[in-house]
Amino acid sequence: MGIAEESSMKTTRFTPSKLNLVLLLLALVAPFVLYPVFLMKVLCFALFACAFNLLLGFAGLLSFGHAVFLGTGGYVTGYLMINTGITPELGILAGTLAAGLVGALYGKLAVRREGIYFAMVTLALAQLAFFFYLQAPFTGGEDGLQGVPRGHLFGFIDLANNLQMYFFVLAIFLFGFWLIQRTVHSPFGQVLKAIRENEPRAISLGYNVNDYKWVAFIISAGLAGLAGSTKTLVFQLASLTDVHWHMSGEVVLMTLVGGMGTLFGPLVGAAAIVTIQNYLSGGELGNYIHIIMGAIFVVCVLAFRNGIVGQFRKVLKQNF
Amino acid sequence: MATFLGINLFGLFGQLLVGLINGSFYALLSLGLAIIFGLLKIINFAQGAMYMLGAFAAWMALNYFGIDYWLALVLVPLAVGAMGILMERVLIRPIAKEDHLYSLLLTFGVALMLQGVFTHVFGSSGMAYAIPEALQGGIKLPFMYLPAYRAWIVVASIVVCGATWWMIEKTRLGAYLRAGTENAQLMQAFGINVPLMVTLTFGFGVALAGFAGVMAAPVYSVSPDMGSNLLIIVFAIVVIGGMGSIGGAILTGLGMGIVEGLTKYFYPEASSTVIFLVMVIVLLLKPAGLFGKEA
Repeated sequence: MGIAEESSMKTTRFTPSKLNLVLLLLALVAPFVLYPVFLMKVLCFALFACAFNLLLGFAGLLSFGHAVFLGTGGYVTGYLMINTGITPELGILAGTLAAGLVGALYGKLAVRREGIYFAMVTLALAQLAFFFYLQAPFTGGEDGLQGVPRGHLFGFIDLANNLQMYFFVLAIFLFGFWLIQRTVHSPFGQVLKAIRENEPRAISLGYNVNDYKWVAFIISAGLAGLAGSTKTLVFQLASLTDVHWHMSGEVVLMTLVGGMGTLFGPLVGAAAIVTIQNYLSGGELGNYIHIIMGAIFVVCVLAFRNGIVGQFRKVLKQNF
Repeated sequence: MATFLGINLFGLFGQLLVGLINGSFYALLSLGLAIIFGLLKIINFAQGAMYMLGAFAAWMALNYFGIDYWLALVLVPLAVGAMGILMERVLIRPIAKEDHLYSLLLTFGVALMLQGVFTHVFGSSGMAYAIPEALQGGIKLPFMYLPAYRAWIVVASIVVCGATWWMIEKTRLGAYLRAGTENAQLMQAFGINVPLMVTLTFGFGVALAGFAGVMAAPVYSVSPDMGSNLLIIVFAIVVIGGMGSIGGAILTGLGMGIVEGLTKYFYPEASSTVIFLVMVIVLLLKPAGLFGKEA
């Protein structure tokens, strides 16, 4: 029944350390070859998508309002960096906690409904937050918070330098990715998967499924906030775009394209979508961006439900 | 005369009317969603886009082909319904057996595409559609001025909602539909063509959105994002009402419009969020929704 039955226990535990090592090496070399700001954007969205996928792929919960957590993290970090002059690591910590807090509140409400209702509840709650941020005095309304200073990490590493910023962002991403991996493979993660596969059975085994979903929601929201906080530092901007429902849709698309319920899927999906968007917005096709995103959605759902990583794994399993 | 207990009656009734009009659109859209959900168990994320399509179709019919409002009121829902039938057959049918979340994502993609196409062609600023001649002007009531077109919206949508309710609850066709909602497989065993019924139901639900779009064209500006903003509110209303009952969907839609209108009068700052706040309260007190069955 679950939306991502592809990833049974065995396959998710299959995380080849060689692949991890190669990817890490690539990530270390990449900023010397590619534009660091682009790479940081990919990493931020990858973390966002990984956080979202923890809910959708491993707990079977489709949140259509995850932009709220990205935006909350961004606004809190941006506001603190502009107005208090704290160091960036504290700013990011505050943004992450704030997003986790909103997640605790929203999650408590959302887990009271299931399936399609869960998606509608999260979307509606996100819209509530959107109107709040639109009117609240500290978000800068339509303009957003501009010129957020990146500051000095721990007080002495200047993050205005893109290369130093990149490695900071990479460290954050790796931490988030590691945390998700730990969560998925922990006993807690196994219970989440059990809930995804057969909720009534999980209940009959004595698990309080709503509490499990709630905790998963908080972790996911907090990590989405971490991504938003980091993104705000990278682009020195927190704006309504980040809390708009378009953004909630985008993270769904990234996860879908990459492969739901796979650990690396959201990373691949985020890289693919960010690349496409960057490519489109530069050229004549910029006006067609929403049409193309919508078309990718439709094609993926109709013909490519496993996503890039899921499909790759399927082919690998069939042929080797 | 115009004040009662310190309340400006002109303003109050004005906002109530606005609320009732918004409520009419909420009711039409959530009714469509509920009918589709009943039989197909999916949520049509493109319902808002279909509403937008209805408004644009009316605008294009008038400006390109000289088709007036009254004819558009009949033709456009048919055309939008036909779009829905095509969508169901070509896109939704192939994934009917998959998890229903996939169809939500699919219709979301369709909504993005439609909105993108209209933004590309017409820009995002919005266009005006004149009120039909017969409904211009208004009636002066002792406590307020009632514009004729606005009264028409409320009356027409209540009639359409009522007729739909009657058709589903009281006719043989409606009985098939209700039976299909309970157990489609058994229906098929009795010799009813369920796949055809599913297609027509989807078409009808979408046509309701198209109808709402034509009705909305003269009062709201016709713009590509008119549907998506409305749809998110309608989602909240669907959560508040629960989709178990057709009458419930209609009543919740109208009721939430009135709640919104009252809020606009007494505390305008909260008018854009009040429906979401009601949703939060309902989730806390009666998670299954006001008219929903306890799961």
